[in-house]
Amino acid sequence: MPNTVLWYTTRGAGAVSMVLLSAVVVLGIIGTVRAQSPRWPLFLTTGLHRNIALTTLVFLVLHIVTAVIDPFTNLGWLAAVVPFSSYYRTLWLGLGVIAFELLVAIVVTSLVRGVLGQKTWRAIHWLTYAAWPIGIAHGLGTGTDVWSAWFMVLTAVCIAAVVGAAGYRFLAGPFDPLTTAHTAFRGSVDRREMP
Amino acid sequence: MTRAYELRIDRIRCDGRGLCAQLLPELIRLDDWGYPIIAPGPVPEHLRPLAERAVEDCPVLAIALRRMETRKAAGR
Amino acid sequence: MNEPRLLAGRDLRSGAETYAEHVSRLGPLPRRGAVLIDLLTASGLTGRGGAAFPVGLKWRGTARAGGSPVIVANGAEGEPHSKKDRLLMSARPHLVLDGAFLAAHVLRSRQVVLYIGEHHQMARAAMERAVAERPPHERDLVRVFSAPARYVAGDSNAAVHAVTAGIALPTTLKPAPALVQNVETLAHVALIARTGHATGTVLVTAAGSVAHPGVLEVDTRSTVASVVASAGGVTEPARAVLLGGYFGAWVDYDRASELQLDPTALKDRGLTLGCGVIGLLASSRCPVCETAGIMRYLAGESSAQCGPCFFGLRALADACSRVANQGANAQDLGRLERWASEVAGRGGCRHPDGAVMFLQSALRTFPSDFAHHSAHTARRTA
Repeated sequence: MPNTVLWYTTRGAGAVSMVLLSAVVVLGIIGTVRAQSPRWPLFLTTGLHRNIALTTLVFLVLHIVTAVIDPFTNLGWLAAVVPFSSYYRTLWLGLGVIAFELLVAIVVTSLVRGVLGQKTWRAIHWLTYAAWPIGIAHGLGTGTDVWSAWFMVLTAVCIAAVVGAAGYRFLAGPFDPLTTAHTAFRGSVDRREMP
Repeated sequence: MTRAYELRIDRIRCDGRGLCAQLLPELIRLDDWGYPIIAPGPVPEHLRPLAERAVEDCPVLAIALRRMETRKAAGR
Repeated sequence: MNEPRLLAGRDLRSGAETYAEHVSRLGPLPRRGAVLIDLLTASGLTGRGGAAFPVGLKWRGTARAGGSPVIVANGAEGEPHSKKDRLLMSARPHLVLDGAFLAAHVLRSRQVVLYIGEHHQMARAAMERAVAERPPHERDLVRVFSAPARYVAGDSNAAVHAVTAGIALPTTLKPAPALVQNVETLAHVALIARTGHATGTVLVTAAGSVAHPGVLEVDTRSTVASVVASAGGVTEPARAVLLGGYFGAWVDYDRASELQLDPTALKDRGLTLGCGVIGLLASSRCPVCETAGIMRYLAGESSAQCGPCFFGLRALADACSRVANQGANAQDLGRLERWASEVAGRGGCRHPDGAVMFLQSALRTFPSDFAHHSAHTARRTA
């Protein structure tokens, strides 16, 4: 098999993964801030969020497998699971491994959320805010296309979308109409001693 | 004979996002403030898949499907 | 009327009964085991905190659940007009402690928590002094916890959460094993354990338009009329009675007067003595305004954990206030009925249910007042 097919597939799948992951994060935020309309109900957001997340994993696996079996990169399977164990672009590849493993943890815990419980699930889900930027960094550091126009534009759009959505999520709110009243009430009945 | 299931809501966890009512309007409607009102009684068999989806999709795991005690299910 | 039992002994104005006096009057704490549960069941004692749950049944259930439950003596008394728990703790602390230690012994508890309202200084001081007088094996079980002065802090679930996790908030989490009992209930237990039968009395707080508002110990077979007479009679003609405090019900005065305070008799009529507040509403006062004021208070006491309670009670209180101020719009009376039926049962605790039942009793007891207040608006705007 010509090396170039594998090489193009790795890069393509990587770019697609970046776009899909960014969409997943934005959709997650749309759900959290409860943005909806009659034609775009919340369950559409949650459904897309879940399905696109699974699709992202598929593309990531494709990205990783084609990278490992490509003789040009000289990567062994170990490099795909142990961060910073490759000779090829050690740091940037390592970041990719970390991002991937975080995402696997996030997806697996989401599939068993009922058993795990809401609190634990939520704690792990917050790692998304680590996984996404680490993935972007990996793309910018390892990608051979980094300085090509299409990749720059794609990455810029993804960053703008996620940063914009996350910015709104953390600066606006609270999104639960009871938060303010409950916090005030709670203050009046909290008798825990300060450590 | 299949078991009867009913929908139950943890009222403290529920924060009125309304996905359950969007997915299962036959059994769930929202009050004037966006919080779910559930029709009492067992979930009809043909609506069970949608009820399971509502449980799965609730962002805060506030709604659950519980087996009904046989006395309640029989309407006594 | 029987001799007062809980409040028998030294003059109520002369301070708390000491341990020595208590033991000399009633004898030492009897060592009753599981047979106490049978005695409590046979006595028909029901809880005096508001829910009137059969005490024997509760203890039996707690014993079956096993583990080592915490005994919570609930003296939060968040109900604004109630004073009986404070008085009992200030005057007869050892009765309350006896009941708590009896429960601890039967249920194999290792801890007794005295859950006392944070503003009830005298009651707390008396209870703490009383604990200090007890023998070490009893003293060592006891911890005092200040109950926040919020209405829901007195709820059993909130009380357990407070003493185990430090926050007096009702939760839907699995509660720690505990037995929560109102302090008056524990005092009755202390007497039942010694005599083998019910005390036959109950503590009530007479409030509103009576000459001498305050706490009275009365026979359970007494009528509301005799309680009013013992409180010095009405200061002006009475329109209605609020029986059971803010989670109780309005009753027309004529109907109320003949009611006996016995829990079964009241239950048969769909009523309850609740926390024992018997409030007299004078004819000169507006029942719609009184109701609206109480609804505003109850709405403000929502812990804001559940939408239907927080928003529903607020909407009900606002609609009630509009009716009271004769500024109601055409849909307000209908809304009161609809929202009331929608809000009930959809909270994480019983707070909205109590408020709704109170409101519904107002709509039932004062239908013409509510109609009249709404009609006024129609006439003005016509």
